[in-house]
Amino acid sequence: MDTVGPAKADLALTGEGADNTQALTYPRIDCKNVSVYYDDKQAVFDVSLAIHDRAVTALIGPSGCGKSTFLRCLNRMNDTIEGAKVTGDIFMEGENINSPDVDPVLLRSRVGMVFQKPNPFPKSIYDNIAYGPRIHGMVDGRDDLDAVVEKSLRRAGLWDEVKDRLTQPGTSLSGGQQQRLCIARAIAVRPEVILMDEPCSALDPIATARIEELIDELRKRYCIVIVTHSMQQAARVSQRTAFFHLGNLVEMGDTDQIFTNPRVRRTEDYITGRFG
Amino acid sequence: MLQQLGQLPMGWLLTALLLFVVSAGFSIGRIRAERYSLSSSGKFHSRPNYHGYYVAMWGLAPALILALAYLLLAEPLARDLLTRELPAAFHRLPKAELVSYLDAVSAVSAHGAYDGSDRVFTAVTHRYLELSGSLKITTLAMILLSAVLGVMFARSHVSPDFRARQRVESGAELFLFLCAAIAIATTVGIVASLFYESIRFFSQVPVTDFLFGTRWNAQTNAEFGAVPLFFGTFMIALIAMFVAAPVGLFAAIYLSEYASGKTRAYVKPLLEVLAGIPTVVYGFFALLVVAPGVRSIALWINATLIDVGLANGPVFAAQPTSALAAGLVMGIMVIPFVSSLSDDVINAVPQTLRDAAFAMGATKSETIKQVILPAALPGIVASLLLAVSRAIGETMIVVMAAGQRARISFDPSTDLTTITVQIVALLTGETEFDSPKTLSAFALGLVLFLVTLCFNLIALRVVQRYREKYE
Repeated sequence: MDTVGPAKADLALTGEGADNTQALTYPRIDCKNVSVYYDDKQAVFDVSLAIHDRAVTALIGPSGCGKSTFLRCLNRMNDTIEGAKVTGDIFMEGENINSPDVDPVLLRSRVGMVFQKPNPFPKSIYDNIAYGPRIHGMVDGRDDLDAVVEKSLRRAGLWDEVKDRLTQPGTSLSGGQQQRLCIARAIAVRPEVILMDEPCSALDPIATARIEELIDELRKRYCIVIVTHSMQQAARVSQRTAFFHLGNLVEMGDTDQIFTNPRVRRTEDYITGRFG
Repeated sequence: MLQQLGQLPMGWLLTALLLFVVSAGFSIGRIRAERYSLSSSGKFHSRPNYHGYYVAMWGLAPALILALAYLLLAEPLARDLLTRELPAAFHRLPKAELVSYLDAVSAVSAHGAYDGSDRVFTAVTHRYLELSGSLKITTLAMILLSAVLGVMFARSHVSPDFRARQRVESGAELFLFLCAAIAIATTVGIVASLFYESIRFFSQVPVTDFLFGTRWNAQTNAEFGAVPLFFGTFMIALIAMFVAAPVGLFAAIYLSEYASGKTRAYVKPLLEVLAGIPTVVYGFFALLVVAPGVRSIALWINATLIDVGLANGPVFAAQPTSALAAGLVMGIMVIPFVSSLSDDVINAVPQTLRDAAFAMGATKSETIKQVILPAALPGIVASLLLAVSRAIGETMIVVMAAGQRARISFDPSTDLTTITVQIVALLTGETEFDSPKTLSAFALGLVLFLVTLCFNLIALRVVQRYREKYE
């Protein structure tokens, strides 16, 4: 069901040399038989898939299909939900991150996350970005921190808009700016993977377009997994797409293939709008 | 004849009369509306029931006002009329004696006409019964008349086009408004009487002496410097908050962030039971358990300090009642005020903020310290302020365990007195209502009211601000 490696076009896009190619050859995250239970109710059934580095993987499917729940396995966010249980193996750099030995706190510094609703902390713009580097002890001194903040904001395409008001509260920004602030906050801790849970669902079309451009830009450096309800968005920003239905992974493949030539009937029905 | 009427049970009579007016008015309105709708082909705007309610409303409202006026005014009016008829000898009596004489008259009259050896008293009670009898019969007649007039007036309105429903709705609204107004009016009344009596007090004792004087001896020496009372109140409330603020806050953090749903379901109500314990129970707990404990610890420290040569004599007063005992127990009492409200505000911090912090790799305690508490801080401050105003106004615990001596001392093992304790002391037992001693209680009450009002207002403002932020 799964094709190995991204589409050829990706190679040209990323173009950062030899070790890049290697990262592309091997999956960044390899999930084997992942199931999730909320108390006795099973929400995700035996999902196995590979997520590639320096590429955007979109998880699509109707509401309640388990795609967000699956996404939250990748940074162990389900640990924070009472009664949630995750089984199966999730290998990241050869390490099973679903093992009880792995400290979720350290894992989450490697796997950043952006949520559906922009959720800046009720702190200044600067402190929002500085939060992660500070708690993880990643910086020495103020200058270093200033540099990290600027770099993160630049990468999130927000620097020019906020550089003169870094001390203002993050909540004073517009919705789209807040979401880019959250992305900047996530990349400030230099993660390897960024998870995005419907990052544009609370934004207007213009703000959405900016976030999508940003995602495309970030793909050159990070492994990105995005959950989206919008099939157009999946088609626009992702290189690989996984279709979930009723807690099962129905089909996964290159985005072009999924959207133009799905192998499973259910995928086709969903993409053409016959259900969902 | 009038004397017999004087013994009429007015409460029952009024209730029965009003019920009769309502049911009669309702039937009259309803039947008339129904008859109209049967005879005329046009459509009625309001259903017959509403016409019934409308007529009943017009019957009831004036009757109710008259009945209320009677209940409030009848007794003073009867007394006034009686006093005018009394022989001149009575008018030379001091006012208080005359009042207590009249009290006796109305108390005896309540059981029927008095016939005893005291001929004057017998005559006076008879006359009093006659007067109240005529008042009663007049009132009943007026109520009946006003009800009939009201019903007739309303009945003439019944017609297909008449919007009875709207009228009934606005009548109901007015009634509900009046109920709300009663609560507010009562508060205003209490505050007004506090102000009035305080002004009388301050005409005899200068405000500055009261607010800044350091000697309080209202019972014997007429010294009214309230600073020791303010100090005692403040000291005990401070001790209470030293207990309640950390314990309540940490309990709230545990409940909202760490406890599982099941634990929370048991622990939270149990904590709130603390708020339901009668304060007198806390009071004797403080007096019988905590105060002796505080005393023996203070004595032990004294002895130890002398033993090791750090002190020559006792350092702590080690009194049988103490500020510390009262403060500790009061602290326990206000824990639920802090924990319950703080728990609510911590829970009101959006889950998305917790998710954001966790997803950044923050630990649970980092999330709580750096994200949740700062976001919930205004609400937590408000809960602390409310607890402070509760502690300042608390009476029973301090009456039992804090002591009566007004003084300024930072020794927690000594006895202190508070505003509330002194108010109780001033107003229990034999009191005259215009001596500065009694009036000083009103001045103290006013201070207490203003201080707690300020705390509550600030707390409310803070909570409101906080709410605006997350909606």
